[in-house]
Formats: sequence, structure tokens, C-alpha cells
Amino acid sequence: MTADFAPLLSVQDLVVDYRLARKVRFRALKGVSISVGAGECVGLVGESGSGKSTLGRALLGLTPVESGRITFDGQDITHARGAARRRLANDIQVVFQDPYGSLDPTMTVGEVLAQPLEVAGTTRVQARATVAEMLDRVRLPSDSVHRYPSEFSGGQRQRIAIARALVRRPRLIVCDEPVSALDLTTQATILELFIDLQRETGVSYLFVSHDLGVVRRVCHRVSVMYHGEIVESGPTHTVTHEPSHPYTRRLLLAAPVADPARQAERRAAWLGLRESA
Amino acid sequence: MTTAPFPATLAPVRRISLLRRYLRRPLGVVALVVLLLVVAAAVLAPWLAPFDPNFVTFKIVHAEPGNGHLLGGDSAGRDILSRLLYGARTTLYGAVITCVAGLVLGVPAGVSAGYFGGVTDRICSWISDALQSIPGMIVLLVVAAGTGQSFPVLMVALGVFMAPGYYRISRARAMAVRKEPYIDAARVAGVTNPRILRTHMMRAVYAPIVVQTALTAGIAIGMQAGLQFLGIGSASTPSWGQMMNDGFNTMLTFPKILLWPSIALGVTIAALAFIGSTLADLISIRAEQPSKRSRARVRHELAAPSAAELSDRVASGSHEHALEDCALRVENLRVGYATQSGVKEVVRGVSLDAAPGEVLGIVGESGSGKTQTSFAVLDLLPSGGTAVADGIWISGREVSKLSSAERAALLGRSIGYVPQEPLSNLDPCYTIEHQLVEPLRYVHGLSKADARARAREVLVRVGITDPERVLGSYPHQISGGMAQRVLIAGAVSGRPSVLVADEPTTALDVTVQAEVLELLRELQQEYGMALVIVTHNFGVVADICDRVVVMKDGRIVETGRVEQIFRAPAHPYTAELISASLDDVEGRDELDRALAHAGGEDDAR
Repeated sequence: MTADFAPLLSVQDLVVDYRLARKVRFRALKGVSISVGAGECVGLVGESGSGKSTLGRALLGLTPVESGRITFDGQDITHARGAARRRLANDIQVVFQDPYGSLDPTMTVGEVLAQPLEVAGTTRVQARATVAEMLDRVRLPSDSVHRYPSEFSGGQRQRIAIARALVRRPRLIVCDEPVSALDLTTQATILELFIDLQRETGVSYLFVSHDLGVVRRVCHRVSVMYHGEIVESGPTHTVTHEPSHPYTRRLLLAAPVADPARQAERRAAWLGLRESA
Repeated sequence: MTTAPFPATLAPVRRISLLRRYLRRPLGVVALVVLLLVVAAAVLAPWLAPFDPNFVTFKIVHAEPGNGHLLGGDSAGRDILSRLLYGARTTLYGAVITCVAGLVLGVPAGVSAGYFGGVTDRICSWISDALQSIPGMIVLLVVAAGTGQSFPVLMVALGVFMAPGYYRISRARAMAVRKEPYIDAARVAGVTNPRILRTHMMRAVYAPIVVQTALTAGIAIGMQAGLQFLGIGSASTPSWGQMMNDGFNTMLTFPKILLWPSIALGVTIAALAFIGSTLADLISIRAEQPSKRSRARVRHELAAPSAAELSDRVASGSHEHALEDCALRVENLRVGYATQSGVKEVVRGVSLDAAPGEVLGIVGESGSGKTQTSFAVLDLLPSGGTAVADGIWISGREVSKLSSAERAALLGRSIGYVPQEPLSNLDPCYTIEHQLVEPLRYVHGLSKADARARAREVLVRVGITDPERVLGSYPHQISGGMAQRVLIAGAVSGRPSVLVADEPTTALDVTVQAEVLELLRELQQEYGMALVIVTHNFGVVADICDRVVVMKDGRIVETGRVEQIFRAPAHPYTAELISASLDDVEGRDELDRALAHAGGEDDAR
């Protein structure tokens, strides 16, 4: 199942530094390599500070790259700036974690969704049709266009953010913790939406999350990050069922399951792992 | 040209809501009416003025009001009322020029400096600071002398000195907005920087700029009158400052000549100042502080139900323990908020209890009222919220009738609180030591040394291996998990009998979550506390809780022991919440295989 994805994005030995002060640098990514195939969903798991979000931001050109290479569809985009970077908007899009901060509160939903199309030179009539289609795809009523983001719940806002990522019909969407601010029930339906959209449009996802349960649900493959490095990679099923790296094992056991008896066993195993660590 | 600049510049959609809110403020309405009258007087001056403002009649030199001259005549024998009306034109014209100049120079520079930062910011800020350090009045006098006293040039020069005000406000707003994810999203969407500045940034600075314009216009009018008073500006155009100069020369003999322009000037500036402050209020304060009366009304409506709602008024939930065995007991709790359309009840009759050593989970989605319930128990409801209950008992004591000061005294002693966002619940200006030691000294009356020893001891207890370093740190120097440990240390340092934890692990990574839950469990067993955990995650419930209440729309739909709730959830909502956890659902490979399989069957058919 996982072998037949043609490579769309490949990242080799990526190094990213953050400047904390003059001459003080923090190495957020220490030579990370990852690839995403067309129509594939690749998960990136780790705790906060592990560098998983930094990798996403580096792909999107939001943070400068120290060394290494990012190739998208055969084209080197590591240091793409200005017009070259703006052209990539056709292919690479993003969904952020925070459903409140990621939509401009002063714009109507229609304006939010039409903006990426307007900058691409789409006519107003075409844009309106595309916006309507995408709203329908993310299961929101078409009269949402006249409303402001504040009139929607967290889950609905995340649907709007997904629709915005989709309007240019990109080939890759970087999803930066897109469900971690949501209730579990909302989270389940949004994950469902991600899967359906991928099947309908063939878009690829780089899915950043701290939750292995979420990743198991949507991702074909997963890479586990720890302190700026990838410690384990593989098919999701293998990594979540037979983790080889002790950190992955700890991560797995740390997530509580909704079953008191099994959770008691899990906790005991986790405590044992913590003692031995 | 003579209209005041601010109402015209509001965006259509915003104007409706802001205008409507503005019109509810009596002071603002009066100020606006006054300003509109001044504007009308200026526009209609040629028709309203009974005489030519420069026409000299020796009969009315220093004349008292009356005799066809409503406000009398000035020292040169000109009609004061006519001059006032024409003077309003000059005044407003000058104010508009000044504001436009300030806006045009200050706002684009401020927005760019805030958005781009770096060199742009340094250069613009340097210019702005330099402008602010130059004595404006002297420069204006020089400009007046150098330009042959051209009034528009003078007003533009004044606008240049007003620009730093606009610059600072736009820069601060732009810096805040620049970090919002929607700006990143716009960049990823291929939006160019100029366009981001034009759309997102301009919209963000809009409201504060409107306020600033009202205030700037007031200052501009005052400065302008000052310059005219000194004799700067065309002598043939009537102006208020000039009239005041005229009146000032004969102040002791004919005080009224000074009085009329002074009133006009004072009233106009005051109107602009009040409009500015009303707008500032409306923009900055989202939720208005409820009056005592509205709070009493909420309490009355919560307590005295209408007949139609009676069936809904039965308390939901039940009590497990006898009253004397409870660490916490809540009976028929209701929480309401005053809104425009009446009282909005967010907790509608909740009864629950927890015994010492017991862990009670309050579970539900956002909007279920679970957090409001915990805030009501702590008496920490946000402003506008009112709670009524048939009774709230904390370690055996009825507290629902106590004053808020007495309730506050319980915090830290009988009942402790662990919040959801650890880092935003620590004051960034103080060290951890200060924030742990001060409560111990004030609440428990310990000496400084004792309090410090206790704080250190509790930090060790919550698993912090180097308490000295943590005590000396500021909140931004420690991680979220560490901050949550510190807050837990603070909450248990007073040995409360009830600990309320509101989503204590939601903002944390799973690995840290497991640590924090383990810590809470250990502390709860060690101290024999009742622990109330508010959460939306049934994994957390399964991990730590003994009993659970499930809330939906402000009511308890189910309550019971954890094993029983998980084995056989009685309410469909509970079952739905449990099944939302991703433990046993198919993984992506299984989902794809199922789809391929179904597709294959379709093909076979």
C-alpha cells in the first residue's frame, strides 16, 4: 500500500537554527530527512520543542534554512523567495493549530477564502464558484461567506481553514497540529474530513501532531522526532504497534486509553519504563 | 471638506455595529451632536451668518448683544456671531488638514515598521523619536515666518508633528498582528507583502486610528487657535484664535468679546475628546461590566423559575455520599450570564459530591458547563457570571451564602485550584519563589524563612529535582510541564481538602500529561484530598478518576463509577464521547484496505 506513492516532496539533511540572541543559536533541526509521496499522508510526531513544527515552517518558507535541501516535484525550493515562493502557493498550503488566530477576525469567511484566489488572478465569478465548492467540500453551508470567523465554533473554524488551504487545489498541505485544540468528538470528525478530502482530491499531507492516536488514524507513514532529530520512521502500523526506539515506546504508553482496566496496565508499563530510564 | 474625518472612514459592516453601540452612550451622543452642529455651522456659514464677517460698522464697536447683532460686535465693529460661524470653517478645515497629514505620514510608516521590523523599524522609529524631541511650537513659528504665514502649510507642518502619535499606535498593533497565524497563512497563500499591509494590517489598525484621529483633531484645533492668537495666519479670514486675541486686548472692559470664541473653542475640543474616549471604550472593552442591578436580576431569574420551565428546574446529578462524609458537595448549582436578550444559563441545576481521597471527573465538550461549574465552586466566575445554589459545602462547611471575601479566604486553605494554561497563570514579572512564597506568608502567616522552606519542600514533592534553580527562575525560563508542577505545588502547599483541576493536562504534551496525572494521583493519595478533574478526554478519566459526571448543555446527563460508565454507558452522549477517543479505531492502512476491498466488491458486481 505504501510503496506506490511517487515522491512529491523530499527533504534531505535539513538543518535549521534559531537565533536566540547575538551569536547565540539554537539548532532546532539537526539534519532531518523525510519524504512525502503524491496522495500520501506522512505523520511527524514528537513533543513540543522536538522541531516538528519547525520542519513544517521551513517547508513553507516561513523560517530560513541553514543547510540541507528541500525538493518539491523535482524542483529545489530550499531557498525559494519572493515570486518563486509565491508561485509555490499553487502547490503547497497550510492548516495551523489555532482555529482562533489563523483567521483574520475582520474578514468575512468569503473574503478569507477568496484571498488566495484573488492573488492568483482568478476572476471574481470563478473565485465565487470555487469558494462555494470548497465550502461544500468541508461541509459548511454556502451562506457562511457573509459571516465573520467569530460566529463559528472551533471545529467550524478549522473547516474554514481547511477550505482556505484547498481553494488553490494544492498538491501538498502541511497540517500543523490541526486537531489538537479541538474536543475529541470534533477532532474525530475533522480527521474524517481530512481522509475524505485526500481520497477525493489526491492531495498529500505532512501531518504534524503530538498525538500518536491521531497519526495512526490518518497517516500512512510516520516519523518520530526527538530533540531535532528523527529517531524512528516507518509505516504507521509498525511504528505504533512494534516501536523500536525507547522514546517512541514511552510516547505510546504515555497516551491514556479510554478503558480503565487497560489504562491501569498501560500506566504500570509506563511507570516501569520511567523507572528503568 | 468640512466634515470631520472619522465617521466617513469606517468600514460599512463595522460601522453598523460600532455606531449602534456608540449611540447607547449618552455622553458620546451629546458630544457627537455638538460636533455635528459645529460642522453644520461651518458648512452653512454663508447662509446662517447674518452679516459679512469682515464688514465693519462703527456703530457696533464693543457693542453688547442685541439690536440685530445676537452676540454683539468686536473691537473693530464686526458682527461676532458671523465671525464665529466663519471661524468654525477655518478651524475644521485646519483640523482636517492636520489629521490627514498625520495619517498619511504616520500610519503607513508605523504599519510597515511593525510588520517588517529590522532596519525599516529602526529608521522609522528614529525619525519618529527625533520628531517628538523637537519643540513643535518653535518650528511652527519658523515655518509661519518662512512661508509668509500660509495657513495650509502651517497645518500640514502641525500634522507632521502629530504623525508620531499615529506611528506609535500603528506600529504597536502591526507588531502584535504580525505574529498571528493568519498572517503566516496569507504569506503561504502567496499574498505579497504590500497586499498584506493593505488588507490585514490596515484592518487591524483601523479602530485605534479612528480613536487617535478624534483626539488629534482636538489637539490640532487647540494648537491652531494658539497660533492664530499669536497673530499668525491671514488677517482677512476670520478665526477663533484671532477673535480671542481681539477679546483678550479688551478683556477687562469688554469680557464678552473673549467669552464667545472661548466657548466655541472649548466646546468643540471637549466634544472631540469625549467622542475619542467613548470610541476608545467601545473598542477596548468587549464585555461591559455588569451593574449591581443586572447581577441581582440574573440571581432572581436563576432562583425563581417561570412555570413553563419548571420541569427543567429539577437538579440534575445525584449525591453518592452522606453530607458529613463529603469534602465537596454541590446542590442544584446554576450559573447565568446577563446578555442583551436576557439571562443565559450555562449551568442549569447541577448536583455532585466528592469524598476525601476520591477523584471525581467532570466530563463534557466545550460549552457543556463543566468549567463554569468548577469556577462557581471556587467562586472565580468571570465578570458578568452569577451563581446560585441550594448549597455548596467545602469540607463540611456551607459556603454558598458567604461573602466573596470569605469565599476568597477559602482559596489556598480549604480548596486549591490547578488551571489549564500553566504559563499564563504565572505572572511573568515575578520569580517562581515570589509567587510561591507570598501566598504562604499571607494566607498561612508563615515567616519568610519558613515559607521558603515549605515552598522548597513542596517543589521537591512535585518532582522538581533542582528546586533552588526553579525558585530563582522567571516563568519564561521554565517549560510548560515544569510550570504546571509549580502551580500544583502552589495549590497543594496549603494542604487543601479539595483540589479542583480544570483541564490540567490539555495544554501539555502526552508525555508530560502522563507525568502530571501521575503526580496528581500521588498527591491526592498522600494528602487524602478530594480531587475534581475537569476534562474532555475519556483517556484521562480512565487513567485517574474513581467516579465521573458527564455534562451536556449545562446539565448532568449521567453519573457513576468509572468502570460502570465505561462498561455500560447509560446515556448515548456518554457513549459518543467514549467512542471519540482514537484508541481502538482502525488505523489509516486498515481504512484504506477496507475502501479498496469495498471498491473491489463493487467492481465484481
